[in-house]
Amino acid sequence: MHSSTLLIVLLGLIGLAYQFGRRRAVATAGGTRHINTLHSLPAYYGLYAALWAGIPALLLLGLWSGVQDEILIAIVKSELPPAMIEGLSPGRVGLLVNDIKNLASGTIVSGAVTPEIQAAADRYVQLKQIAGWAMWLAVMAVALGGMTFAWSRTRPQMRARNRVESIFMVILVVFSSIAILTTLGIVLSVLFESLRFFQAVSPLEFFLGTLWSPQTALRADQVGASGAFGAVPLFTGTLMVSAIAMLVAVPIGLMSAIYLSEYAPRRVRALAKPALEVLAGIPTVVYGFFAALTVAPFVRDLGMSLGLDVASESALAAGLVMGIMIIPFVSSLSEDVINAVPQAMRDGSYALGATQSETIRRVIIPAALPGIVGGILLAVSRAIGETMIVVMAAGLAANLTANPLDSVTTVTVQIVTLLTGDQEFDSPKTMAAFALGLTLFAVTLTLNVIALQIVRKYREQYE
Amino acid sequence: MSETSAGGAPRPRTIDVVNASLKRRYARERRFRLLGLTALVLGLLFVVLLFGDILSKGYTALQQTYIRLPVTFEAAVIDPEGTRERETLMRANYAGLIRNALRRAFPEVTDRRQVRALAGMISVGAPTHLRDMVLADPDLVGTTVEVSLLADDDIDMLVKGHIDRTRPESERRVDDQTLGWVERLEEGGRVQKRLNTVFFTHGTSREPELAGIAGALMGSFYTLLLTLLFSFPIGVGAALYLEEFAPKNRWTDLIEVNINNLAAVPSIVFGLLGLAVFIGVFGVPRSTPLVAALVLTLMTLPTIIIASRAALKSVPPSIREAALGVGASPLQTQLHHVLPLAMPGMLTGTIIGMAQALGETAPLLMIGMIAFIVDIPSGFTSPATVLPVQIFLWADSPERAFVERTSAAILVLLGFLILMNLTAVMLRRKFERRW
Repeated sequence: MHSSTLLIVLLGLIGLAYQFGRRRAVATAGGTRHINTLHSLPAYYGLYAALWAGIPALLLLGLWSGVQDEILIAIVKSELPPAMIEGLSPGRVGLLVNDIKNLASGTIVSGAVTPEIQAAADRYVQLKQIAGWAMWLAVMAVALGGMTFAWSRTRPQMRARNRVESIFMVILVVFSSIAILTTLGIVLSVLFESLRFFQAVSPLEFFLGTLWSPQTALRADQVGASGAFGAVPLFTGTLMVSAIAMLVAVPIGLMSAIYLSEYAPRRVRALAKPALEVLAGIPTVVYGFFAALTVAPFVRDLGMSLGLDVASESALAAGLVMGIMIIPFVSSLSEDVINAVPQAMRDGSYALGATQSETIRRVIIPAALPGIVGGILLAVSRAIGETMIVVMAAGLAANLTANPLDSVTTVTVQIVTLLTGDQEFDSPKTMAAFALGLTLFAVTLTLNVIALQIVRKYREQYE
Repeated sequence: MSETSAGGAPRPRTIDVVNASLKRRYARERRFRLLGLTALVLGLLFVVLLFGDILSKGYTALQQTYIRLPVTFEAAVIDPEGTRERETLMRANYAGLIRNALRRAFPEVTDRRQVRALAGMISVGAPTHLRDMVLADPDLVGTTVEVSLLADDDIDMLVKGHIDRTRPESERRVDDQTLGWVERLEEGGRVQKRLNTVFFTHGTSREPELAGIAGALMGSFYTLLLTLLFSFPIGVGAALYLEEFAPKNRWTDLIEVNINNLAAVPSIVFGLLGLAVFIGVFGVPRSTPLVAALVLTLMTLPTIIIASRAALKSVPPSIREAALGVGASPLQTQLHHVLPLAMPGMLTGTIIGMAQALGETAPLLMIGMIAFIVDIPSGFTSPATVLPVQIFLWADSPERAFVERTSAAILVLLGFLILMNLTAVMLRRKFERRW
């Protein structure tokens, strides 16, 4: 039996519990005429019953579907003839288990099907069926049990509303803690794998080494697979692409923000501002496509006609497009802070005879500077963490170079490459991706915290 | 008079200094203003360039080249024994029928290698089409029917003009011989361009002419639906608690700082989280809408929470006081009175969050959505890919014909995004209330 059917049946049962709870409350009060003897509205008694029927059963269902497979596999494995798994590495045992599972679900098997494996697969199917029925029984029993419990507790004096509300409050608290759990999850998941990586590769080599070649040898005698993990070329590549992006985005974003907030007539503003913000809503994969198929060939042809040697996946092309992506980010943040500068400061400057551009340059920009810097920092953190554009338009080779026409690779590109190819979960290659992820997370987090601090401090200054 | 006072040269008057500098200052003013305008125009130019580029590359994918040929459904090839059994009809050599039809159209081609080249002009999916025709109507066997056969992607590109016919043969993907055949077919009116229905009804394929976005669209649909189911209640609940009930203490401060920071964490880090926690620890199956939705939920939550809190803030306190005053409990006040009033704002934020989720690619690469999946997904736990990942995969393919398909897929994606954002704007306009 499929667990989604069970879920639907369970939802139906919850609806039923609500109706029963409601009716029961009215009945215990002695009919609709005496409804005023109830402590709470009848609906709350219904909700009380529904929550009792639903929450424990749903929790059980979630837990059961989470652990069922592992337990079943453990049973099947323990019943395999000991000769079969003796002396096998954990990886090979995993393959064997996979074969059994595939055979059970009817898909193609990698190895030869021995009678033992066939028997194990049959056993697995059988166990799965038993477990499926057991889950149905258990979940239904818990749901009905909860319902009966609520039923037996229902009487006019019961403070149903308070109980329901306190359960709701608990749910709300849990919901709002998910943000914390997410951060914790991110930190733990990258930290855990990174620590294992740093046991294999020293942090010094990782942060200061200049050779990046994560292909590890599959066989001991393989050549050309040194497994060097010096991440400096990745850091410089990331910095170069981000720097090019900021060179595009900051002047254009800042100047258009100034123009929009200080010069533009209202109608131009009403049209141009949303049009510019369209850039912020475009998915990054679209920018990546644009960079790889339009901008990169254009940059290369332009460079060739000037007699320059341009790589087909140049840092310049990726940086340019990333800059375009960040323009609306810089412009809307700058506009916010420019608008926050009090009008009195402008008026004071005009009264002294300054022209509009002098006012902007000597009064408004200095006053708004902290906020603008905060915005730019946020944009930088965005550029560093941007993935799709560089995956599609920047290279894979880790060159340590200062030439923007060369191909460079970035931290995010390497994370994607290391984790999407053929991989074993425990190789230093995949763990290196988590170490890079940790670095990325730490750097962007620091930038964000500083930027948010600056922006907040600045905002308070003029309020 | 100051001019004649002792002590040398006359001191210039301030007004003269100012007047003398005015010309220069005004020029600077104009320059500065022009600079601002240039920046704005450049920014807008990029918008136009981006859309123009993708539109110009993608619109041709709306049509697909077909070659119209009289195909004889020879009984000897399809069903030599005349049993008309489904099994026999399924297994028959339909590619042979196409080859025969081509040979009749080009009687001078006899060399086996040339015949193979001739057959290469037709898509490898065409035999399946003939098979489906016969299965639907077994009476076709023995008759000759004009059939529009799907052309191979190179022919499609040639007919659409993406391959330059004037270039030397060595620089062209289509050789002179094939070009001659295609031109003869064109003269005979046998080459036609029809609405590309394959693109909207098929899953992906390695053959560009057989590749469609239906699988990716369904994957995106399932993923987005689950994301909405997870993130909307959680986001609204969290906003409600933080804005209306939470005591001001360290814990809630921490949550708040956290939410703001999560909004700025690079999306790829969420992919690492999904890989390590959802797939690694909880064993959620890879490449499924379920795991994608879990990751996207965590990503969109900050957006929804921030928007929902702003919506709650805009509801005036008098509403709450009135509700509390007539005896509603705090939770009743919120659920019955404040929440309905804040709902349009919350929905707007949710739609914008969903639009972000729809366009997100990087974290989904980490959790296996990159797998090559031909089948159209049928549920939340069947392997799937999503539209932006499909775009990424196609953009990586070397075939020229994938360029227009990628662009067309991007246009579909952008279409959905525009639709969602317009809905959000309309919602805001319609229900926005000034208190």
